Amino acid sequence: MLKNRIIPVMLLLGGRLVKTARFDTWRDVGDPVKSAQVYNSQAADELMLLNIGRDGPSIAPLLQILGPLSRGCFMPLTVGGGVRGFDDMAILIRSGADKVVLNSAVFDTPDLITRAADRFGSQAVVVGVDVRLDPETGAHTVYSDCGHRRRAVPLLDHVQSCVERGAGEILIQSIDRDGVMGGFDLPLVAKVTDRVSVPVICAGGCGHYEHLRDVFHGTRVRAAACGSLFNFTDSNPIRAKAFLSNHGLPFRKV
Amino acid sequence: MIGILDMRMGNLASVANAIEEVGFDPVILEPERVPFDDLTHLVIPGVGHFGAAMRHLDEHQLSPLIRAYAASGRPLLGLCVGMQILAALGTEGGDTPGLGLIPGVVVRIAELDGLRVPHVGWNSLVPARRHPLLDGVKPDRDVYFVHSYALRPDDPDDLIAATEYGEPLAAIVGRGSVVGCQFHPEKSQNGGIQILENFCRWDGRC
Repeated sequence: MLKNRIIPVMLLLGGRLVKTARFDTWRDVGDPVKSAQVYNSQAADELMLLNIGRDGPSIAPLLQILGPLSRGCFMPLTVGGGVRGFDDMAILIRSGADKVVLNSAVFDTPDLITRAADRFGSQAVVVGVDVRLDPETGAHTVYSDCGHRRRAVPLLDHVQSCVERGAGEILIQSIDRDGVMGGFDLPLVAKVTDRVSVPVICAGGCGHYEHLRDVFHGTRVRAAACGSLFNFTDSNPIRAKAFLSNHGLPFRKV
Repeated sequence: MIGILDMRMGNLASVANAIEEVGFDPVILEPERVPFDDLTHLVIPGVGHFGAAMRHLDEHQLSPLIRAYAASGRPLLGLCVGMQILAALGTEGGDTPGLGLIPGVVVRIAELDGLRVPHVGWNSLVPARRHPLLDGVKPDRDVYFVHSYALRPDDPDDLIAATEYGEPLAAIVGRGSVVGCQFHPEKSQNGGIQILENFCRWDGRC
């Protein structure tokens, strides 16, 4: 039986890990290489490293740490943030990434998804979709460029077209819930998960193990990404999975 | 000498890291000049596309050399797509002949009962028979899979371990000194690292 996944997220800014709130106001939360080693010893199911540097799209900050980070990381590593094209993706995979997150680049060059999937397999291509709830219309609205650029394409059309082009996984991120620790946006997660046939990772909002239980029970999602939960509390992936196992949710045996 | 073939498509570093972790010093083999005679063990990693992997081997005229290496009885380990190309035939993006070291065909995972494809995540490793590769690996432990296609061996004896995803899928296959893992042992923490160590210590006999 396929197990649920808990994926710690590490946000990289200026060589350090940070915690954000609603894609803004960051606080330092530690060293990326050391944190990856800790998550490795805590039997995290995967790790996600996202570069949120705002000096224009670039994978240079990722490349500076990917070597040492992946040497202490014997679980899958998903990397993204600032990936502009095929060559960036190839370099990241060569340097230790197992999967690469594409986000803003797919709006200008949607063919990138197909090209990447043809070369690296669709399982290596994760498309990240950042979403804000429009306060006026109540609609889930797609944003790119670190949440700065509103996109006209309807959410489900965008997600579906990415999957049709070859995305192997969708990372659905609620900007409103980011770092606020008030729970996942369940309608958003349910909507996206019900639309696509590929695995979905939900992100944004996890502040407690009960939020994980709610999203796993309330939607068909099988993978949840958590940043703040593990940054600022005594929580860790081992305890999270122990709690969730008591609620009938399967996790891997360590 | 343990060699890891550079397929120019996968996460090569992580395979080397994991083999170093268990106390060996593997060498990365440039596809242009592989010292096959010096190898005691050969690992073919791979992330990606069956057709792209075979094209890579063809470009460098590696297929006959790999077959000759396998015929010498020295251990060969394919990982993920590196495992799939051991089969006789792949069907990803049209029919493509594989290395033919394990009779069988690689087919897309059926999207049964709303199952999502690719099959991504941790799933149980269920041994089908005893094999040196599984020494010291606890039964039913989870390993990390990420794939859309699966190898169906023609001969049930070539199945060493399976996993369940709507239907049984081959997780480890093997014939003589040639073995392959569909999952990523280098990304499967303790259980996976144990399998890699077993391979590095294996003389190729069952």
